[in-house]
Amino acid sequence: MEPPVSLDHSSARIRAAIVQTKPRKGRYRENLEELGTIFAQLGALNPAPDLVVLPEAAMTGYFLEGAVYELALTPQQFAADLAHAWRGVNPELPVDLAAGFFENDAGTYHNSAIYVQLNGSGMEILHVHRKMFLPTYGVFDEERFLSRGRRLQTFETRFGRVAMLICEDVWHAIMPTIAAIKGARLLIVPSAAPGRGIEEEADLGSIARWGEILRATAAEHGVFVLYAGLAGFEGGKGMTGSSCVVDPHGRIVVQAPALGAQIVRADIDMREVELARAALPLLGDLEAVLPDLFLDDELPLPYRPAAPAADVH
Amino acid sequence: MLPVIEAPKEAFTSPPRINGAVTTEWLVAFLQDELIVRRGIHCAVVGLSGGVDSAVTAFLCARALGPQNVYAIRMPYKTSSPSSLSDARLVVDALGLVEQTVDITAAVDGYLQFEPGADARRRGNVMARVRMLVLFDQSAKYSALPIGTGNKTERLLGYFTWHADDTPPVNPIGDLYKTQVWELARCLGVPAPLIEKAPSADLEADQTDEADLGITYAKADAILARILEGYSNAQLVERGFRSQDVELVRKRLDGTHWKRHLPTTAMLTNTAINEFYLRPVDF
Repeated sequence: MEPPVSLDHSSARIRAAIVQTKPRKGRYRENLEELGTIFAQLGALNPAPDLVVLPEAAMTGYFLEGAVYELALTPQQFAADLAHAWRGVNPELPVDLAAGFFENDAGTYHNSAIYVQLNGSGMEILHVHRKMFLPTYGVFDEERFLSRGRRLQTFETRFGRVAMLICEDVWHAIMPTIAAIKGARLLIVPSAAPGRGIEEEADLGSIARWGEILRATAAEHGVFVLYAGLAGFEGGKGMTGSSCVVDPHGRIVVQAPALGAQIVRADIDMREVELARAALPLLGDLEAVLPDLFLDDELPLPYRPAAPAADVH
Repeated sequence: MLPVIEAPKEAFTSPPRINGAVTTEWLVAFLQDELIVRRGIHCAVVGLSGGVDSAVTAFLCARALGPQNVYAIRMPYKTSSPSSLSDARLVVDALGLVEQTVDITAAVDGYLQFEPGADARRRGNVMARVRMLVLFDQSAKYSALPIGTGNKTERLLGYFTWHADDTPPVNPIGDLYKTQVWELARCLGVPAPLIEKAPSADLEADQTDEADLGITYAKADAILARILEGYSNAQLVERGFRSQDVELVRKRLDGTHWKRHLPTTAMLTNTAINEFYLRPVDF
């Protein structure tokens, strides 16, 4: 009998940490200094985390209105600041950092998330995702100040293929669906979610809704989800934190409370993705059926691939 | 015959409910963040009227800051009901607050002696504005922050004195309808007499809110909640509300939008404050 196939699982385990930040509005430098203290705490863990995820607008607060233009940074600047905060306390410790920030792209502004890999003195920006769904209704006013991202890309990391989706991005089921089809096994979701809904049974309505979405997303596609929620009140609007890790079976492994700065820690075994997908092969089924769905001629034209030109004789 | 499983009838004409425990936790955190974290202020000043709104506010402040850091100010006028003072005392005693009574009669009459023809509405507005003056001055005295006690119903119906009841910079209950404030009061343990008595602005003898408004809070809250969700008058009547109630509430709501805004400023440049120059309140 042959031995079972040996896969390379050298990077199948992630020691993940989510830092649920509660920044002081607009005080970027002060918030970075505080992040350095949090990074010191993380670096002192044994073993230290190798992936650290922060929320949307992690170092500035979310509702900035016109001040967003004063606080937006290039990805290079933000990556350098994150690296400085980490290396100030953990000079040699390699780590991957993912965090939300407001991006200045030569005068075009985005709500973005960056993924940076730090290794010794080296630093590499593996990806910048620009939020595609900018909520602009009710309490939200993002598109008044920001431009939306135009592409949903996945990217390779030492832990496998990853996608980042920011807040409302993940509320549209097609976004994690496309990310999963593109090979993502881990979704990183930085978020800033103002809480509301006081008629529910156990929790704020918006927190309960987020839980449903994250669990359904993870279970449908067999992906891990790392959700980093911003905390703290911003002019009466309380951000709901509730940072969590959801496994590919759709179970919440660990979750922070809504209020206050918190650290969420979990050891993740990425091989769970294969087990979950074997048990519930929805993603494989989707890959088989999706072309038929998109070839449906009832779909409005922009959603259909161009039909091949008919031969004319 | 198969069993027929009916969908439960939606309580469309009932006022909105509230999860008291979740709401309390959220509002206590709100007060702590707004006062201590953002402003570095550890004390609050609450004007205690003897009504349920200010009682709930005082209970929340006591939880957020500790009762020793909550200054309860009673501000009677000579015509105020004695039961208002004694009901306010129930809150002070239940929580162990720092209490002070400032009689506003001399201040109010000092002005009104020159306006003998002022009607009840004008006199009530003067009282409300003197109380605002006292609250802010007491706050300066104690290095504290005045806390607002206006509920969502009175804000939506415009049933308050502009730039008086609505002036404190922080208000924990302004997004709660009156019926929700009652529910929260029960959850917080506010003394029963304050929850059970008829709400009153107590600006005139035997005044009650519901007589002033011409509708009960239960009905007004149910209608307001549905209007704010986007339902038309016709839809509300179709779903069980009385048309005269709907029209009354809609008229008060639409006639008072200005009261929920800052003063109207003529815009002349493309840096007009709050039009082009936009900064959040906590920046």
